[in-house]
Amino acid sequence: MSEKFDVIVVGAGPAGTSCAYNCAKNGLKVLLIERGEYPGSKNVMGGVLYRKQMEDIIPEFWKEAPLERPVVEQRFWMMDKESVVQFGYKGLEWAAEPYNNFTVLRAQFDQWFAQKAVEQGALLINETVVTECIVENGKVIGVRTDRPDGEAYADVVVLADGVNSLLSKQLGFHREFRPDEVALTVMEVINLPKDKINDRFNLEGNHGTTIEIFGDSTKGNLGTAFLYTNKESLNIGVGTTLSSMIKAKLKPYELLDYLKKHPMVRPYLEGGESAEYLAHLIPEGGFNSVPRVAGNGVLVVGDAAQLVNAIHREGSNMAMASGQMAAEAIVEAKKDDDFSENSLNRYKEALFGSFIIKDLEKYKDAAHTFETYPQYFKEYLPMMNKAMSKFFTVDGTPKREKQKEIMRSVTAEKGTFKVMQDIYRAWKAVK
Amino acid sequence: MHIVVCVKQVPDTKIIKINPKTNTLDRRSAPAILNPYDAHAVQEAVKIRNKTGGTISVLSMGPPQAVAVIKKSVEIGADLGYLISDRAFAGADTLATSYALSKALEKISKDNPIDLVICGKHAIDGDTGQVGPGIARRLDIPPITNVIEVSEVNKEEKYVHIKRKQIDGYEVIQSQLPCLLTVEKEINDIEYAPLTNMINAARYEPVIWSVNDLEDVDKTQLGLKGSPTIVGKMFSPPKLEGGKRIEGSTDSQVEQLMGILMERKDLLKIKTANS
Repeated sequence: MSEKFDVIVVGAGPAGTSCAYNCAKNGLKVLLIERGEYPGSKNVMGGVLYRKQMEDIIPEFWKEAPLERPVVEQRFWMMDKESVVQFGYKGLEWAAEPYNNFTVLRAQFDQWFAQKAVEQGALLINETVVTECIVENGKVIGVRTDRPDGEAYADVVVLADGVNSLLSKQLGFHREFRPDEVALTVMEVINLPKDKINDRFNLEGNHGTTIEIFGDSTKGNLGTAFLYTNKESLNIGVGTTLSSMIKAKLKPYELLDYLKKHPMVRPYLEGGESAEYLAHLIPEGGFNSVPRVAGNGVLVVGDAAQLVNAIHREGSNMAMASGQMAAEAIVEAKKDDDFSENSLNRYKEALFGSFIIKDLEKYKDAAHTFETYPQYFKEYLPMMNKAMSKFFTVDGTPKREKQKEIMRSVTAEKGTFKVMQDIYRAWKAVK
Repeated sequence: MHIVVCVKQVPDTKIIKINPKTNTLDRRSAPAILNPYDAHAVQEAVKIRNKTGGTISVLSMGPPQAVAVIKKSVEIGADLGYLISDRAFAGADTLATSYALSKALEKISKDNPIDLVICGKHAIDGDTGQVGPGIARRLDIPPITNVIEVSEVNKEEKYVHIKRKQIDGYEVIQSQLPCLLTVEKEINDIEYAPLTNMINAARYEPVIWSVNDLEDVDKTQLGLKGSPTIVGKMFSPPKLEGGKRIEGSTDSQVEQLMGILMERKDLLKIKTANS
């Protein structure tokens, strides 16, 4: 006979596991279903885990979680073909408790996090694909899996099934996402001895660095690349919106190859051994792509709800926070024994009142602006590199004249009005 | 019918690395899995139980994390699981391992007499194939190795019909029950387990016994102390070299290939079905 649970969570990534953890902690009977061989086996991210939202779920997690390095330095590169303008911040306050963020390898971290949910009493099953929600009288009452006798029932089904969320699509919560709403990211884990990493990135002990790379890293297309330090490996990756890739006829692996061979990047990777190659879609549609997140007996969390802030490379933290909010709504719904959309909308209210939706709303036009007006990545970043080169090259020209010349060359190429317009547009998109 | 399957947690040797200095397995480099032959042993037990009814128990020896392979066995369809886990068992060779397991089997059979023991052909990390027959010898029941089919189980008259793999075919034998089988992979295909098995396994907590939970144990026969095996030398086999590649136009490739085949007639010998 098929079993009935209080909650079935589909997907053991950060969102699903966070939800399962918090539901189980509150005494609910939870089934957590993962399609991969183990949690994390199918998940991909650049590798930055933010402390705050993880700490809200498991205080002082850094004492036991499999983390790579606490990040003490964040660098930003505006890269051209043979040059780079960089800025960043390094602070040792990030090297001590409570830390700011960490690099992690998802295959290890997700397993650990899911184990924590199991310790709270959630039942985790792997290698099982949920093929559809079971709907009765307009209410989701369970899930059907690809296994024999594969039905299980619950008061609430939480969909944490990732970026494409076929399950919420089946329910009609969202349409097929457009190519400009998703980014394709490819990355490699490159093994490198610890002392080499510390030398090359100017690091001590277990301190870590993250570098976000704009401009030529995506051949001027809308997107970013990253280079992060793990204990004994580097994560290097690049992603652009699917639409940019199609328009520019880019192949993702060619782009990663181009980045790895780039003269500004190459020296960091020298002698490293490629250990893993990963690729994944990232939901980057932002505020305008957020689907319906609550229905009768069903909630949508994490990537499945398109909760990613591409500008600030935040996603896993939003996933965890959304999972926690969903759990809180379910616990309340259980008290009233009311799992209708109306009751579960507590989750939607919490979500929209939180930093998650507020941040997504702030940047709701950013991606669109930068994709529609490619000059920012294609023209201004190279210009910035040329300007810096000119300014810092000592050739006997007085500095004031250099400044004037730089301004002249910028406006001469595009016209003063056009430049002002571009600056205003960019400011409006991110203000 | 009470069937006990002995299972072992092993490193996945498909991906494990060998430490080039010591020639030992770098166990951290590979995840721990249920020994693949043992998975087939559990699956065969499920097939038999589905016909005869009864209970399947699984037994393993190992560190506490070996609970994972018992849970995996419950996924396949086992009912009960026992893990013997104690520092006293550590460092055991096949002699000491079969002694410890036979003591655990004796204890299990006190509650529920055992009709059949099934083991995998061998573990993929040791490849010896000695523990199964070792257990049979200690329990004084017939060992039947290289089993590729269990054609009949008659629990009333207490016999089984078995097909054993041979180099040039197979052998059909009848044995008394209880007996011990060690199975080949071709005995069955691992079935995609029903959802209820998955849920049962997630919830299942096996019985864990320390050395003191077993009865009449001679501790000098356990673990490293009870292991007369001495490893003389270890080496990695030479890497296989790639085969010869025939290139050129289709005609010239055919010509070259025919040349090789005419020269090496032994390559054309037809192999028998089970060799």
